[in-house]
Amino acid sequence: MRKVAIIGAGPAGIEAASILAKYGIEVTLFEKSETPLKNIQDKAFLFPNFQAAQEIADDLSGKLLTDGITTAFGVDIADIKWQGTEWKLIDAKNQTYVADAVLVATGYQVFDAHRKEELGYGIYKGVITSLDMEQMIKHGKILNANGDEPKRVTFLQCVGSRDEKSGNHYCSKICCVTAVKQAIEIRKQLPKCEASVFYMDLRMWGQGFEEMYRMAQEKYGISFVRGRISEAAATFDGRVQLKSEDTLMGLPLKMTTDLLVLMVGMEASCGTKALGQACGISGDYGFIKTVAPHLYDNDTGKPGLFAAGTCKRPMSIWDSVNDARAAAIAIKDYVESLPQ
Amino acid sequence: MNKFGFAIKTPRSENMDKVSLERYHMLLDREPSFKRCFQCGCCSATCSARQFTEFSIRRVHTSFRRGEYAGLDEELQKCMLCGKCTLVCPRGVNLRSLIINMRQILDETKQ
Ligand code: SF4
Ligand code: SF4
Repeated sequence: MRKVAIIGAGPAGIEAASILAKYGIEVTLFEKSETPLKNIQDKAFLFPNFQAAQEIADDLSGKLLTDGITTAFGVDIADIKWQGTEWKLIDAKNQTYVADAVLVATGYQVFDAHRKEELGYGIYKGVITSLDMEQMIKHGKILNANGDEPKRVTFLQCVGSRDEKSGNHYCSKICCVTAVKQAIEIRKQLPKCEASVFYMDLRMWGQGFEEMYRMAQEKYGISFVRGRISEAAATFDGRVQLKSEDTLMGLPLKMTTDLLVLMVGMEASCGTKALGQACGISGDYGFIKTVAPHLYDNDTGKPGLFAAGTCKRPMSIWDSVNDARAAAIAIKDYVESLPQ
Repeated sequence: MNKFGFAIKTPRSENMDKVSLERYHMLLDREPSFKRCFQCGCCSATCSARQFTEFSIRRVHTSFRRGEYAGLDEELQKCMLCGKCTLVCPRGVNLRSLIINMRQILDETKQ
């Protein structure tokens, strides 16, 4: 029987594993952490339908029970090598595995906000990231630096994205809509708290996103300011004062807020960068490079080596899942074409 | 700058058919990084001079881009060339060089 190794048990890895297993292909799913779906489990609700992230995580976990999937969690694949007819996978403890084909689904990590020192993350308690805010929303405990209910929360888009100074020219794609989603959540949980979003362009690219933006304005009274915050500093009472320009008015703007939420972008995960380099498929910014965007977007150009999901570029969960399905078909075609 | 006074003002609009962009193109030749500006306002928000005056470096360079040069040489005197704007620009525009070049071009082409 044909064997496929999948590296990374996020939405892409699990979806591809379950499809390949259903086709009767033997799959081993490797995951560096002891548990799968770490990134989804950090989230509260997902855009655009506010579905609980836990439900999606549960559905995906259910797929792990498909016959033909072997899970290897807590196994860190450090290198993979083409042996002429098959791939050899080597983990951090020097154990080896073999497979006819390999799917890289090693995912992303969020931008480290400490790198934008002028915004004060890690220096002022009132400056937090979108991930911190997601946790607060999830636990129903949105609190300012003093442990009180905030009266005003302010979001800043494009932290670590579209920013030459952090070395990331690209747009992370999911932060715009995430800020709108989180602002709405805040207004639902704390109706007296104001919410504002500082943006340069609001990229509402997906179905239902523009409608969320309209709802944020009409139903939830969230305000949108076109300008990028360039500095933040703490006030004596533990709040945060920020500086921006209201570029539509052409005037400098100062504002004090209880919480400044930095919408951190997506970068290639350490695992993605390391594996990409080890087997020569690393592209721009350390994401995995595929052969061509339109028709060969799961092929890496190496025999039997495929990639899916956010190891390639920033994507939403459903983009990753669809991409994984496409990868599963490409892998099935490949293994079936191999000589018996 | 009085934005909403009672004074009678001549109607103004940008006429893209009549405007001359010669000086703007000179500027792009001398400081090509300016082509990348996406109008985020970080430069003007962080600017040292704007803490004390009504100076907005983003409005100045945007006027230059649109071929509206009137009054710009005077405005640009407010800049103290500290370079904070260059440090924060997310598109890597070399603003300090841009400012020096705007001053020079306005001077060279003075009628
Ligand atoms: S160099 Fe000039 S424009 Fe730039 S921040 Fe300093 S004073 Fe402002
Ligand atoms: S900071 Fe840079 S990109 Fe932003 S408005 Fe100023 S010059 Fe343009």
